[in-house]
Amino acid sequence: MTRRRRTALFLVAAVALGLLLVVALAGLPGVGHYHGVYGLGIQRIAVAQRKATDIVNSVTFDYRGVDTMGEEFILFTAAIGLAILLRELRGESRNSDEEEGGEEKGGEEDDEGDGSEGSAEPERRHRATSATLRVAGQALVGPLVVLGVYVVTHGQLTPGGGFQGGCILAAALFVVYLAGRYVAVARVRPLPLIEVAEALGAGGYAAIGIGGLISGSDFLFNFVPLGTSGNLLSGGTIAALSTVVGLEVAGAFSLVLSEFIDQRLLRGGGT
Amino acid sequence: MNVLQAVVLVLVALAGATVVLTRVPLRQAVVTGVFGLLLAILFFVFQAPDVALSEIIVGGFVLPAIVLLALAKLREQAQSGAADE
Repeated sequence: MTRRRRTALFLVAAVALGLLLVVALAGLPGVGHYHGVYGLGIQRIAVAQRKATDIVNSVTFDYRGVDTMGEEFILFTAAIGLAILLRELRGESRNSDEEEGGEEKGGEEDDEGDGSEGSAEPERRHRATSATLRVAGQALVGPLVVLGVYVVTHGQLTPGGGFQGGCILAAALFVVYLAGRYVAVARVRPLPLIEVAEALGAGGYAAIGIGGLISGSDFLFNFVPLGTSGNLLSGGTIAALSTVVGLEVAGAFSLVLSEFIDQRLLRGGGT
Repeated sequence: MNVLQAVVLVLVALAGATVVLTRVPLRQAVVTGVFGLLLAILFFVFQAPDVALSEIIVGGFVLPAIVLLALAKLREQAQSGAADE
């Protein structure tokens, strides 16, 4: 197909798609005029029923808790799969290094090779982190961790919850990498602990769900006393589920990021 | 829809187009981060602060970081490949 023909085809398709979109958008309710039956119903009863002021988390961790468990396991599986793939890759590069004469010396060889080439690249690779980045990063790590823990533990009260807080916690780890060097990350990042956090998070969700069964009701039934709306300890299992999801998400994202950082650094020989 | 929402919608559309039109992967990764942050502002303006929170981290940070790390790895491989020959 020639270029002109393809362009013509694209233009026709684009015009048709554009018209369809305009028709569809014209049929939407206005911004802020939501008509969903379930949404409006939940909005009316959720706070009184579950004592959690963040209705979004009431839905994700209680009314629709099984869904969230599925989502959590998707993230869990994705992170594990990625770790397996990347670790396999690392093994491959080790094998190819051995052919070249030993993996342990691989880094040094790389450096020598770069030096003899005399290109601008190795300089860039070994350039020290700028002072601005280092200071800003170090100043950010503490507040980020506090914010992450706050968002995880206040999921039942304010917008946020396990997923958001977990992301923030994992980001804090990455800021350590940005601010310092790989050595610092390796020190604050005990890989087994990350894996344990991820496993605990995934297993804990299911365990709390089974707690509902043990209490004599359904899977994921909210069996913990609901408390007073607005208190930190309110919403029953919502807070607990939010916390285990926080663990899981922080673990999964940390695992993914550290595997990627390892890929970047182990072969390059830079520390 | 108020003015702020309209402005942010237009900004997100522009940023999205910029991401597509940026052809250099390295720059594209950075522009994607900016796009992610704008998207987070959009979510916030449309009263979804929890989604905005995760979008800040995932769209503005994790995704560009992973792309950047992958690019660095690729460049290294290309370099060591050139050194071997």
